[in-house]
Order: sequence, then structure tokens, then C-alpha cells
Amino acid sequence: MKPARFDYARASDVADAVRLLGSTDGFNKPLGGGMSLGPMMNLRLAQPDLVVEVRRLDALKTVAEEDGHLAVGAGITHSAIEDGRIPEVTNGMMRFVAGQIAYRAVRNRGTIGGSIAHADPAADWPTALRALGAEVAIDGPDGARIVPLADFQLAAFTVALEPADIVTALRVPRLSPAARWGYYKICRKPGEFADSIGAVVHDPERDFTNVVLGATDGAPLDVAALAEAVKGGGTVEIDDAKAALAAQGAVFDDYGNQIHAVALSRAIKGALAS
Amino acid sequence: MTEISLTINGAPVTASVEPRTSLADFVRDGQRLTGTHLGCEHGVCGACTVEIDGEPMRSCITYAVSCDGAAVTTIEGFDDDAAMEDLRQAFTENHGLQCGYCTPGMLVTARDIVRRLPDADEKRVRLELSGNLCRCTGYVGIVRAILSVLEKRRG
Repeated sequence: MKPARFDYARASDVADAVRLLGSTDGFNKPLGGGMSLGPMMNLRLAQPDLVVEVRRLDALKTVAEEDGHLAVGAGITHSAIEDGRIPEVTNGMMRFVAGQIAYRAVRNRGTIGGSIAHADPAADWPTALRALGAEVAIDGPDGARIVPLADFQLAAFTVALEPADIVTALRVPRLSPAARWGYYKICRKPGEFADSIGAVVHDPERDFTNVVLGATDGAPLDVAALAEAVKGGGTVEIDDAKAALAAQGAVFDDYGNQIHAVALSRAIKGALAS
Repeated sequence: MTEISLTINGAPVTASVEPRTSLADFVRDGQRLTGTHLGCEHGVCGACTVEIDGEPMRSCITYAVSCDGAAVTTIEGFDDDAAMEDLRQAFTENHGLQCGYCTPGMLVTARDIVRRLPDADEKRVRLELSGNLCRCTGYVGIVRAILSVLEKRRG
């Protein structure tokens, strides 16, 4: 349970991090809070040659309100969001989600950008931020770019980052005051990685409705038929959710079909009740 | 090897560490502070929980190199801490420990609960303890101990 040997460098700024990550041909990884990468390295599932620490970079800790978005620095911790230490533009959804991530001692060090870059299917931010329609701000050797989260996570632990890219911020759209959200996570025990996550954002004023299923074996799934049902104001029962998943070819084992349908229907009921 | 300078329990420490050395191994093997325990070594069991810059964190998945410049407090550093003194007494009175393996992490988490969540009820205390596994005493005594300190602090 000890990591394999690796080299370590601490980046002085974002450009330095990009330079360091591209400085050798090996498997180089940026290190934020390390709350996901650390366990992967201890289990030797990840064996980077070079770890570049970006946790302390001031540029990754900024939070800025921009035209219709809140740009949350990649280095903002889950507990900072949980405690309301950054502006809340999602009518409480981000605070609610942050407070359920793992355990407080993990939330104190783990970061939103790290979670998105790591892209564990069972983690909270990939599903919650996708439901919110967030975008990922990335910096790399070819300059900065912005990618919608829906195009960012390609599969489990697989994202649209080149080897020397780092996530610098998450751009979260501001919800209208009347927007509703629902988030329902099924875990065997609080703080465990989820068996299923249902996330719903319904913002009629912005003509935005999204229903996302997380904790599958791949990237979070948009469930368009259920988004239509939410728009129509109808309730969604477990069997409706099962049918919607089946109709788009999202078929799991019996337990998976049931647990995912339950998470989705409860998330939708939560959103409609809020 | 990378040189780091930090404070541990208030005392400045400078040392040369391998990047892969966890903070937990560094304090235990390098500093002979064996109060910090290692259980799962992947951030789940909570036995290794210490305070870094005033907040509880997992020392088994935090590398010592990333604690350069940090203020680390291990269980040995809370001797004169008022909340911890109350918790030690309450754990004793309520049978909050048996084998003691989880206790250092339990106490660091318990101290965070009583300071950060002064109005916590039993349900909240149990939720907050979900990141600290006890597999012998059971949680009844631990929860009772924390609730008694919360009660005392509320006056």
C-alpha cells in the first residue's frame, strides 16, 4: 500500500505546470489535493513518473463571477463550497453536492478541478456539474480553451485532456431564481463512492433542463427522455425511468437497472418538490 | 529526495524526504510520532486523520512533500487543547475506546465536530463519523462521548 517511486516538482504558476508536465515523455500527472490520485497511487493503479504539484497555485484558487457564469478555480476545495465560502449561483445545489462528497477530512483537501480531471464515474462533480451545464477551462501547451463538460468526460477516468494540459476552472452557469434542482445519490454508507447518482436541473427561464445519470461504468449519461418529462411537468416513477434508460440503450444488470431508475426518479421528485 | 520544512506540533522540522513518503509514514517513521495510525492507506478508514493548517485531513494519502510549509498537528500535539482534554475525559467515561487503533483519528474528527458543528445532534455526529471506522468498541460509546462534550460546550 505504498506508491511506486515517482519524481516530484512543484509548479510556480500555471505556465510552469504546463511546462513541467510536458518536460518529459513519461506519464506525468498534476497533483491537486491528491484525494483520488493518492489512493490510486497507493494501490499502484496509477504509477506516474512525475507528479507536478499545482495545489498551491493562486490562479487555481480564484473565484470570479462572469457573464452568467461563476468561474470556480480548479483548486477550490469541496469544503470551501460546502461551507459557502464561495458565491452560490446554483440555488444551493453545489453546496448540497459538496457536503456529501466522501468525508470532511477528504473534502478539506480534495478539489473540484481534481475531481473533474480524475473523472471517476462514481464521483459527484462529474454528474452534478454536467447536469448544471458547466464548462471546463483548460490550459495547455497550445493555450487556453473551454470545453463543455458534456464533451470533456469521454469514459470512466478518461477525459479530453492532452498530457500537458491542466484544468484551471469550472464555469458554472448561474441558475435563474426560480430554477429547481434535484440530486439523489445512493451509497451503501455515507461518503462511499456511489452506486448510483441522479441529477436534475430544471431552469425554464433559461430554457434549460437536464437529467443526468452518474455512477455507471462510463461517463455520466444524459437522459433526454426524462428531461422532456420534467419539462412537461409530469412525475417520473421508477418504471418510467427504467423505460427511458432502456429506450436509449442504457441497460445494466438487474441491480443496476433498479438502482439507477430509483436514483433518477427520486432526483426528479426532489427537483419538482423543491 | 526533496527537502521540506514544516512545523509538527508547533516545532519546526526540516527533513529530506522521498516524494512517495506519505505524511503518515513521515511522522511515524521519521519523527517517531506513532500516535498517528495507519489502517487502510487509501483514505477510507480515518485512523490516520491529522490536522494540517488547522483542518483535519488524511495523512495516508497526503505526501510529506506537499506539506512543505504546512503546520501539522498530530494526536501528540493536542495535550494542552481544551476541547481535546474534554474529549479524552469523555471517551474514558463513555467507553469510547477499546483497542485504541481508531482513537487518534476519532479524536481529531471529534474535535472538528465539537468546534465546527456546535449544534450537532446524534444523527449529525454519526454522519460526520462515517469517515472514521471503528471495528471493536462500536459507535455507541464514541457518539455518547462526543454528544456529552457538545452538551458541555453549549453550557
